[in-house]
Amino acid sequence: MATRPTQPLSTGPSAPRSPWRDARERFARNRAATVSALLLILITLVCIVGPWLLPHAFDSTDWNSMALAPGLANSHWWGTDESGRDLLVRCLMGGRISLMVGILATLSSVALGTVWGATAGFLGGFADQWMMRVVDVLYAVPYLLIAILLVTVLGRDFYLVVLAITAFSWMDMARLVRGQALSLKRMDYVEAARAIGVSQARIIATHIVPNLLGLVVIYTTVTVPAVILTESVLSFLGLGIQEPMTSWGVLIQEGAQTMEVAPWLLLFPAAMLSTTLYCFNFLGDGLRDALDPKDR
Amino acid sequence: MLAYTLRRLLAIVPTLLVVIGVVYLLLFSAPGGPFDGEKAVSAAVLANLQAKYRLDLPVWQQYLNYLGNLLHGDLGASFRYADWSVNDLVADALPVSLTIGGTAIALSLILGVILGSLAALRQNSWIDVSVMLLGNLGSVFPSFVIGPVLVLIFSLWLRWLPSGGWNDFELRFMLLPIALLTFINVATIGRVMRGSLVEVLHSNFIRTARAKGLSLRLIVLRHALKPALLPVVSVVGPLTISSITAALVTETVFSLPGIGRLVVNGAANRDYTLILGLVVLITLVVVSLNLIVDLLYAVLDPRIRY
Repeated sequence: MATRPTQPLSTGPSAPRSPWRDARERFARNRAATVSALLLILITLVCIVGPWLLPHAFDSTDWNSMALAPGLANSHWWGTDESGRDLLVRCLMGGRISLMVGILATLSSVALGTVWGATAGFLGGFADQWMMRVVDVLYAVPYLLIAILLVTVLGRDFYLVVLAITAFSWMDMARLVRGQALSLKRMDYVEAARAIGVSQARIIATHIVPNLLGLVVIYTTVTVPAVILTESVLSFLGLGIQEPMTSWGVLIQEGAQTMEVAPWLLLFPAAMLSTTLYCFNFLGDGLRDALDPKDR
Repeated sequence: MLAYTLRRLLAIVPTLLVVIGVVYLLLFSAPGGPFDGEKAVSAAVLANLQAKYRLDLPVWQQYLNYLGNLLHGDLGASFRYADWSVNDLVADALPVSLTIGGTAIALSLILGVILGSLAALRQNSWIDVSVMLLGNLGSVFPSFVIGPVLVLIFSLWLRWLPSGGWNDFELRFMLLPIALLTFINVATIGRVMRGSLVEVLHSNFIRTARAKGLSLRLIVLRHALKPALLPVVSVVGPLTISSITAALVTETVFSLPGIGRLVVNGAANRDYTLILGLVVLITLVVVSLNLIVDLLYAVLDPRIRY
């Protein structure tokens, strides 16, 4: 990645091909990645819009149809759970929460990790040593344990779950960015730019940020599914999102308890979660191939 | 080597002190914390806590007391169970988790190395494809989905195995959890083994051995296997950490009385001292495991000198 030609982010129409345009074309050629991206957009849109369009509320009980099997004969297409709540609406609401936790926690952990890693890498020396020592210490504790610990102390509110997940998922990013920053700092073209008198701010804008951006984008797509998975595990264990609010993890946990009589309650949320994770994996692979020419 | 070992051992001390200190402060000074007086704590528990932690002392002195007890291997009194110390709870739960986790890790190492080697030797064969597929499945269907599905198939439909529970190390109750943990880990090891064996088989000394006329079986067993196993050793550390995490899920799914369930119950009941003790214990295990893996690496690879 460091050997990529260093065009500024926005070049004029007459400029040579930018690495970003190359990346876009490489990505578009990757069938699996584009399909995954489209599917993810679709899932997100349906989760956002769906609950408003469907006739049932996610927390209202239909007394006439408890634990109804899925079918198109009535208005509960995906069936209902044991309390007569419509599963389709609950899956979409759960998707809203799961995706929101995924995106919020990823954004905050990527931001924290990038700033932490870049600062450590550029400052170097004593500050670098201590900042990375903090990362090492956090690495020594299994991540789920930190999350459970924070949830125990702080409570199980939505934002606290996001905070707890953020607290342990930023270290990978910090390490990657620090490594990249360390090597970028010593690159010949950065030295050259400095030698001909380019200002520090401009070096950062034209050389450092574009080179870090690919890494950040790739890593973001890898972090989102990991974070969604963690939220689901927490919720599955009863330590995450709390009733009556729901998430895919909560739904899977409820489904696991009733699967003998109502297997669809496990099947549908599990399928939605797995599809989303699968798409994010493909998307991450595609972005890595597109943005990291060295790694093809 | 000795100097390196000692240096690493010394580095463990500040790590542990920081972890314990931060966790201690978090738990004992948080709003809604254990000592805010609103929680209904029974008199007996309160007496235990009072005797153990000297709540009248300032926090830093309590912390030092806790550390002092820890040096004697005493994890303190439980916050919820009047008659149980954290040590008792851990002593009951640890053998369960160790048996299941240890068996699963050993099994997945053996299976993973065998499958990975076969995949590397017969690239693009059905075994290669299925190892890769297994890895994909594992990353998409998380343990808390596979677990209930296993229960659905093997205990509810086929009625071969109990759906969960524990009966004094009876094998029937351990099969499904071990199978689940092995399934999660075997793909990781298989993939690492495949990659490293393919790489080793392309190296010069293998070509020399081939040119010498050695049979493929002899080349693999005598020359390629040992260097190819190195990367596998390096994933054992992370693997064990992820198994500890996975234990939280498997022990909940199959209702096993192990460490994982202790963590979940401790968190659900807000048993602060139990959680603190478990974090300390698990951190200690993980840190020493990482050290052992690093040292083992140096022993196995003569090129690495510390």
